Amino acid sequence: MSAEKTGDSTLSKEHNPTYQVIGTRPIRQDGTDKVTGRAQFGADIHLPGMLFGAVLRSPHAHARILSIDTSQAETVPGVRAVVTGADLADLEDKVTELGEGTINLRHQSWNTLARQKVLYYGHPVAAVSASSPHIAEEALALIEVTYEVLEPVLEVCAAMHPNAPLLIEDMYTDELGQKSEKPSNVAAHYQTRIGDVEKGFESATVIVEKEFRTSMVHQGYIEPQNGTALYNPDGQLTIWCSTQGSFGVRDQVSEILQIPVSKIKVVPMEIGGGFGGKNPVYLEPLAALLSKKSGYQPVKMTMSRSDVLAATGPTSGSYIHIKLGADSDGKLTAVEATMLYEAGAFPGSPVGSGMGVMFGPYKIENVLIDGYDVLVNKPRTAAYRAPGGTNAAYAAEVMIDMLSEKFGMDPLEFRQLNGVKNGDRSTFGATYQRIGYQETLEAARKHPHYSAPLEKANSGRGVASGFWFNYGGKSSASASLNPDGTVSLIEGSVDIGGSRTSIAMQLAEGLGISVDDVRPFVGDTDSVGYTEGTYGSRTTFATGWAAYEVSQKLIKQLVERAAKLWEVHPEEISYQNGGFSIGEKHMSLKELAGKLDETGGPIMASATVRPGEYGPGFATHIVDVEVDPETGKVTILRYTAVQDVGKAIYPDYVEGQIQGGVAQGVGWALNEEYMYDPQGKLTNTNLLDYRMPVALDLPMIDTVMVEVANPGHPYGVRGVGEVPIVPPAGALANAIYQAVGVRLNSLPMSPGQILEALQAEKD
Amino acid sequence: MQSLDYLSVRSIEETLAPLSNGKRHVKILSGGTDLLVQLREGITQADLIIDVKNVPELVEVTFNSAEGLRIGAAAPCSQICHNAAVLEHYPGLVDAFSLIGGVQIQNRASIGGNLCNASPAADAIPALIVHQAVCVISSPMGERRVPVEQFCTAPGKTVLRPDELLVSVHIPPPRHNFGAHYQRFIPRNEMDIAVVGAGASVTLDEEGNTFQSARLALAAVAPTPLFIPEVGEFLAGKGVSSETIEQAALIARAAARPISDLRGTAEQRKKLSAVLAKRTLEKAVERARV
Amino acid sequence: MMTKKLHVHTVINGEEVEFLCEPRQSLLEVLRDTLGLTGSKEGCNNGNCGACNVILDGSLVNSCLVLAVEVEGRSVVTIEGIAGPEGLHPIQQKFLEHAALQCGFCTPGFIVAAKALLDQNPNPSEEEVRHWLSGNLCRCTGYDKIVRAVLDTAQVMALQSTKR
Repeated sequence: MSAEKTGDSTLSKEHNPTYQVIGTRPIRQDGTDKVTGRAQFGADIHLPGMLFGAVLRSPHAHARILSIDTSQAETVPGVRAVVTGADLADLEDKVTELGEGTINLRHQSWNTLARQKVLYYGHPVAAVSASSPHIAEEALALIEVTYEVLEPVLEVCAAMHPNAPLLIEDMYTDELGQKSEKPSNVAAHYQTRIGDVEKGFESATVIVEKEFRTSMVHQGYIEPQNGTALYNPDGQLTIWCSTQGSFGVRDQVSEILQIPVSKIKVVPMEIGGGFGGKNPVYLEPLAALLSKKSGYQPVKMTMSRSDVLAATGPTSGSYIHIKLGADSDGKLTAVEATMLYEAGAFPGSPVGSGMGVMFGPYKIENVLIDGYDVLVNKPRTAAYRAPGGTNAAYAAEVMIDMLSEKFGMDPLEFRQLNGVKNGDRSTFGATYQRIGYQETLEAARKHPHYSAPLEKANSGRGVASGFWFNYGGKSSASASLNPDGTVSLIEGSVDIGGSRTSIAMQLAEGLGISVDDVRPFVGDTDSVGYTEGTYGSRTTFATGWAAYEVSQKLIKQLVERAAKLWEVHPEEISYQNGGFSIGEKHMSLKELAGKLDETGGPIMASATVRPGEYGPGFATHIVDVEVDPETGKVTILRYTAVQDVGKAIYPDYVEGQIQGGVAQGVGWALNEEYMYDPQGKLTNTNLLDYRMPVALDLPMIDTVMVEVANPGHPYGVRGVGEVPIVPPAGALANAIYQAVGVRLNSLPMSPGQILEALQAEKD
Repeated sequence: MQSLDYLSVRSIEETLAPLSNGKRHVKILSGGTDLLVQLREGITQADLIIDVKNVPELVEVTFNSAEGLRIGAAAPCSQICHNAAVLEHYPGLVDAFSLIGGVQIQNRASIGGNLCNASPAADAIPALIVHQAVCVISSPMGERRVPVEQFCTAPGKTVLRPDELLVSVHIPPPRHNFGAHYQRFIPRNEMDIAVVGAGASVTLDEEGNTFQSARLALAAVAPTPLFIPEVGEFLAGKGVSSETIEQAALIARAAARPISDLRGTAEQRKKLSAVLAKRTLEKAVERARV
Repeated sequence: MMTKKLHVHTVINGEEVEFLCEPRQSLLEVLRDTLGLTGSKEGCNNGNCGACNVILDGSLVNSCLVLAVEVEGRSVVTIEGIAGPEGLHPIQQKFLEHAALQCGFCTPGFIVAAKALLDQNPNPSEEEVRHWLSGNLCRCTGYDKIVRAVLDTAQVMALQSTKR
């Protein structure tokens, strides 16, 4: 049953009512386990008779597999099974939803184990199971693979060249809905066309044009992928893994191994970060195959950090070209852009969402954006927090800054002039309903940071805005009322950052009880209804809604029980703040819970929702930097992130999402990048040379939560997790320009790049 | 990691025996922060590792004003940095040893490990060079001493013969009007390998206005840590001024012969050589004048 | 191919423990796979993330870079040994109060590192905290709330010690 639209009910939250639970800061219910090391993450599992799996990966970026000889490996004492692509079924082309995009399941199968070709350094070629991880590793060294090495393609523009080597030799371009004549590395060409950009540029008095490049970067979750599988002789498969979506794992494994979903149970373990990268499966199908081939023994697999970097799903490097025009009042009139995004070895870059995010905060009448999804010999990209957004917003926010400079306008004022309001049409065609972008600009302008003096030499302040669509999706929850008046809640959303508590809080608010009286549990695929993964900034919104629906269903049943006890009609009873009353008679929920048996037995309720009224999110960030002109080193002096967060259910964790997104954006902007050698081998496969921010690289990150409630949700929830990663790169680029006068058009804006730019300025 | 044997020893003799009989492929384990990583990645091989952390001479840090500082090769960085004598008399060494990795690494990584790993970017080595440190090497034949700047011969290679063990590093006693400093450039604020590192030491006259002598060494601009005698030769006898320091920095830059790799381009490293040489000389002068 | 295992006697979280291990096994591996102490995590296995932190003879180290055999006769404190019989250590309590964790994977490493810091420096500045914790990577929090939690813990523990 899908959620009813709440529309004009008393639950629409324009006026910010007082809540009992929502907006408070309880200790999260899984907290004690997490701070004592008791929480069980995927690699912590131990099962009797457990074997260990390891993966042999391609040392080449592009090659044909001529032969695989596993015979030596199979004879190593302690080795139980070896699998290759021959052990996987050939699938048909079937595109399905996954994470925040789609996935072609045939490609997903090829990504699990290569077939005729390897398409990136690290592409899995074979896997073994053995009695110890060390023996498994030794066995890998004995598998002989002969390759015919092919020329790799490592850059989007080169990949589009007519003579470029083709990765998937029978892949044609989806050319705005038509199939291209010849095979190509371009998987798809998308276009957004609104109005008439030619006329739009004619009416512009100032036009700026620039091209940008960004490097491939990784989500950088601290916990590597893992998967443990037990394939039973009766055909039942159980998988324990750290994933963002247990149902997504079930679906993918079902397709890749051609087993019915009813035979698969996925148990989500605690997860050490995902950010989009733990939606696709990598190890799970391998562990399942090995489990079966090892004589139905459990097989545990974990990835090394170098495997994570080389062979999971980073996000696209890109090339972006923008032409942007504004009229004499400073109002934007037209934008024309070309965006080439690396898909990696298989189609599916987030260029489509990047196209929408790019000028999401701005009102522009005439838009022509061409986006291309381009294959290169790098790992297949996966979603990374506002997929496609950071690349695009970086470019856009630098252009906006250039225009505001040309008009001599304060950069926030320029954005206020051009920023979208309720009812405006977006640059991706949809019309915004109730949004909070202008509120973030207002709050940023008023913030003390914005008027604080900049005292250091070579320091500068930059601003940037950002947007993310957010998402609804399918969520389920069920709850039982316990005789002591507490509630046991099972929900289907993996908890990556406190969501089991924010969901429990919504149930508690709905029931009028304390959150301490709700015991949340993240269910496996057998124990809770279908729930899409924890992605898309949807979890607090959609699964919270499911929990709210459950609370209302529990109340309805409880009212009926109270009516029985009092021998009245249910409609005559009112329920408020955890108590039932009629006239002078009153009974608390706890009291009634104790009388369930005498009124008919236990009470439980479940709900499954697919709410469509998710509201998009906007943010405006301010950053102060100091640049050492002799070394190019950037120091972040101060950072303020202003975001419309809808109603903040669990404020500590909303702040945390903002701060975490900012930190990732900073790393993306200043130091993180994939460095491939000309043969396509990834050279920085460890966390020493894939440089994520450390504690000394960041100051305190001030957050300002502007709460423009989303009228489409019972409690006004708006997704918050993804927006914060969108503005930092642009804000930093603009700050660096203010500090030392160079506009950088390539990410990361590393010290070497800054030095070069400063030198070029001098020359 | 390949299968290997482990032996924990308590004396130098116990260590030398397996090294010299040539039967096993032996690696010495002190902090293990480079060795274990390299064994796991297959960059290095061994079938026997000898843990020397229980050999007293290898983990002691001792000082006396006559002979100077003696650091056991297996002494971890943190022990060196917290040693009262080092803090008082050799702040230029503290600079370097406190930069090698984060706290966790410093509690294990040793001076001997840094030297024997012979990375061109080793932080300890330029600082040791400018302090005129000497490596003390033992073998069944006895002991020999090698100035630190001659110890590394190529990336990953040192003057050690297969039957030799680096036992300790000696630094001469502190002198008057002496100051030293080590600084490096990294893209983040911690945890990185030096893009360029510079160690400088100066001895000034009594007034602190003239260089009596100076030493400069750079990390990560040559196959081995690079001692640049030309800087000292230029500065000797010259007045202390921003001009002379600038010129010295340019000499350092000219001597640097960096490559481009995943941590930086040759161009960037050349620039940084001059910048860091200048900054470390300035700081060394400041310390010498105190 | 397995070499002969070595018999190691050590003290872990105040208890005498013995185990068999191959020389090539790291302390992290033995803690997790042999002793069932899975609180220390593997994030990188080469000393760059701190998720495996333990305190060895009073010093903060990456257990992925210590061979299990090396703890013979030594004393190890893991995340499992931070809370006491009375309940959570103040560091753990403050991490919860400040929401200094999101996914919680890096948290054991940070808590052990913070304990080592406060053992050595009971009154650190923000910069000292950040410097000390630079060997621990967090990807979820941006470090803000972690630093606040550690600074608050220092205050609380200072108060507690003045009360005694």
